[in-house]
Amino acid sequence: MNVTGNGDQPTLSVQNLETHFFTKEGVAKAVDNVSFDVDKGEIMGLVGESGSGKSVTGFSIIGLVDPPGEVVGGKVLFKGEDIAGWDDEAMQRLRGNRIAMIFQDPMMTLNPVLRVDTQMIETILAHDKSVSKDDARQRSRDALGQVGIPSPDERLKAYPHQFSGGMRQRCAIAIALLNKPDLIIADEPTTALDVTIQGQILYEAQKLCRETGTALIWITHDLAVVAGLADKISVMYAGRIVEQGDLDDVLDHAVHPYTRGLLGSVPGHNTRGQRLYQIPGMTPSLVKLPAGCAFKERCPNADEACGAEPQITQPVVDRNVRCFHPQMQEAAE
Amino acid sequence: MTAMLEVKDLTKNFVKHLDLAGKIAQKLGSSIREETVHAVDRVNFTVGKGEVVGLVGESGCGKSTLGRMIADILPPTSGSISFKGTEFTAMTEDEGAAAALAIQMIFQDPFASLNPRMRVEEIVGEAPVLHGMARMSEKSTYVGDVMERVGLGREYSRRYPHQFSGGQRQRIGIARALAVKPEFLVCDEAIAALDVSIQAQVINLFMDLREDLDLTYLFISHDLSVVEHISDRVVIMYLGRIVEVAGTDELFDKPNHPYTTALLNEVPRLDHRGIDYEPVSGEIPSPLDPPPGCHFHPRCPHATDRCKAEVPVLREIAPGRLSACHLNDG
Amino acid sequence: MNTVAEHVAPVAGLPEAEIKVETPFRRFAAAFLDSKVATVALVVLGILIFMAVFASLISPTNPYDLAKVSIMDSKMPPGSASLDGMTFWLGTDGAGRDLVSAMIYGLRISLGVGVMSGIVAMAIGASVGLIAAYFGGRTENFIMRIVDIQLSFPSILVALILLAVLGKGVDKIIIALIIVQWAYYARTVRGSALVERNKEYIEAATCLAIGHKRILFRHLLPNCLPPLIVVGTIQTAHAISLEATLSFLGVGLPVSEPSLGLLISNGFDYMLSGKYWISFFPGVALLVTIVSINLVGDQLRDVLNPRLER
Repeated sequence: MNVTGNGDQPTLSVQNLETHFFTKEGVAKAVDNVSFDVDKGEIMGLVGESGSGKSVTGFSIIGLVDPPGEVVGGKVLFKGEDIAGWDDEAMQRLRGNRIAMIFQDPMMTLNPVLRVDTQMIETILAHDKSVSKDDARQRSRDALGQVGIPSPDERLKAYPHQFSGGMRQRCAIAIALLNKPDLIIADEPTTALDVTIQGQILYEAQKLCRETGTALIWITHDLAVVAGLADKISVMYAGRIVEQGDLDDVLDHAVHPYTRGLLGSVPGHNTRGQRLYQIPGMTPSLVKLPAGCAFKERCPNADEACGAEPQITQPVVDRNVRCFHPQMQEAAE
Repeated sequence: MTAMLEVKDLTKNFVKHLDLAGKIAQKLGSSIREETVHAVDRVNFTVGKGEVVGLVGESGCGKSTLGRMIADILPPTSGSISFKGTEFTAMTEDEGAAAALAIQMIFQDPFASLNPRMRVEEIVGEAPVLHGMARMSEKSTYVGDVMERVGLGREYSRRYPHQFSGGQRQRIGIARALAVKPEFLVCDEAIAALDVSIQAQVINLFMDLREDLDLTYLFISHDLSVVEHISDRVVIMYLGRIVEVAGTDELFDKPNHPYTTALLNEVPRLDHRGIDYEPVSGEIPSPLDPPPGCHFHPRCPHATDRCKAEVPVLREIAPGRLSACHLNDG
Repeated sequence: MNTVAEHVAPVAGLPEAEIKVETPFRRFAAAFLDSKVATVALVVLGILIFMAVFASLISPTNPYDLAKVSIMDSKMPPGSASLDGMTFWLGTDGAGRDLVSAMIYGLRISLGVGVMSGIVAMAIGASVGLIAAYFGGRTENFIMRIVDIQLSFPSILVALILLAVLGKGVDKIIIALIIVQWAYYARTVRGSALVERNKEYIEAATCLAIGHKRILFRHLLPNCLPPLIVVGTIQTAHAISLEATLSFLGVGLPVSEPSLGLLISNGFDYMLSGKYWISFFPGVALLVTIVSINLVGDQLRDVLNPRLER
């Protein structure tokens, strides 16, 4: 399902991915039949609210799903090869090397008791023992410079707690970039940061992808961030992809009622003083999903047809939608 | 419009005193010294009755500290806060008690802001009964009424907080505040921890309550889009000081202060596709060691020598518009 | 990866009102009983407490009724019969008392002293710790320095000195144990109160003009209970064992009201001459009591761990 129609093989092709959590209360299908492609140098925004499964999708790709969760089906084609079934040892060789992940909390990447240079050199040497320590240090220095950290030589000798929150996140991003990965998965990396710092990081991220051809999956709940950054977007709800396509197309002409509801909920320039559209009800519990369409209890257009599970269709060119009644008319302003 | 709330030269310093060991070290020549954080630095502003004033800033700007001083949770270091014309310190006991209930706060964290060991009925009903607004025997009904007003069924009042979702807990927090019949609400990042679709519900609730109950708000947030949506006026803070005050439309259409301009540029918006600006450089300075003169000068593209030495005064640059920038001096 | 917790936990949906009110206690009880070891320990403890409370009803004889006790029965091995046909299941001690009865009464004293001193020490320590944490500043410094000084002395030493001054007697022992223990409670409660004090629900209570006393005991204390309960159980075990030690050393309870410790001490002289049972069985009883209290305390600590609670 190559949406952008690019002739090259996509860096990442996720096909019908299934990750289930086996809990006492039942099976939660955190990732339910999720598919998307990300090409070289492309930025994909994976958008959803809490419980949508967007983070678990990211963890599934990189093989970091902990029990009671398990990847139970589908393919994760990384540069053509299916890594979904790979064991931990094989994944270790990929992680931090060809595929890197950035977390919301930079302290999930940074070890508080090690100096920054130690951690960075360790990351390089772990994947390529032939590199000399001096070369590794130089590369670390360059990586810090790449993410906009001033006086990198001094910063290398510091400990993570001596950095501010924004710096730490940039450090974590630098570590992710050290081995020039082909794919970066970023899970809400700027959610906890200030606006001006977030602006800097978004700017650098976009520049990086354009220059190095790294594919980037940016997981977030913030549609506005995605609007500025991504090329394409996938919207998730209750573990399923409900709409995906080119960014401008989806944001300007959304077709799935959930996407439209979400867009209507965001306050902005032209909603000043008016009531915001609110999607009624709440996200259902993943162990007690209604049969058929997961969104039907909150959807203004639901009818009996929605009792069956909707499949992905293309009501519009290059757009994947999971809905029996995609809303083709323009949203009321 | 009569000023409902007036803040004059309000300052809050957090001083980390040296303990005995530290004092000895200092005497022996160590460079250790008392650390002072100027969280709020001589702030002046007013809020008129029925207004919604948005208070915006990034970390370290002091907006939360300011909110807590107004809600009388933190005592100020110096300066005054006046409610309906009377200063807090000048109030009689009765006036003080009335003011304490009239100004209420809605907190950010829906999990930590409710006592996990109390039922909702008790959480919401404790204060009204304590202050004589409702009799013990009527508590159930009273709480039920307030809960329905915030969109929660009254049958949920016997439950415990852990049985509710984040958005519902936030509503319980709002109910708790409304139960004492406040006139002024300080919302401290009240929706920041909620999902987008739930945020919309709570924003709408705030707007409805404003109309139905004639409330006045100080809406503290780092989210400019929400502030633009809900506020009449906006106050921008940076590192403890107010840098700009203006009506919402004016501020968003034509910001004056360079920090405001940078902020507005960098706020992601649904209609801004692609990042086409150069983001403002540098980190937010630590409040322990703020830059001299104008706090923003290290990151300001238009900084002059004067900016490095002299603190700009918050002046009126147009009717109803205030800005603290030397560049306005022509 | 805790995204799962959000959508698996029971969410009170607005349409459905059938989710029963799940009190924190019910959740706690379910979690506690999850561990078989702890459940067994709890049952054993329950039996011991029952025996202690109803000692006079359960015990085959009253070992302190001097009329009934005969020196002719002394030091008889387990299983032997008395002159009037009763079986001494665990033997008799040096004075002719039935060991089973002596142990049941001894258990009552040991548990009684331990629990009593524990409760009073907890009440004092918890109040002091709460006040220190809530008011901070000089008050806190002053209180905590006293606590630190108290805790830097080994409890045995403090107890010995106190008993030397106060003399013998059940009430004196209890006082000594209270003085030795209160500081642990104060320190524990102050720690968790410091954490809770900064939470927003306390700020909300301040905002709603709820008075200090009410905030302390109605809001702060209930949320500091978990570590307090855990320390309470373990400290009780500690108190029981401390009392046993003191009695063993001869400075504890008077001979007329022997605890398990004193029984052990009494029988110690006979150990080497083969009459092991006089010390051994009370020792086992003491061990079982302390171990079951500790196991219950361990499970309480795991269950009440705030990180698992949401």
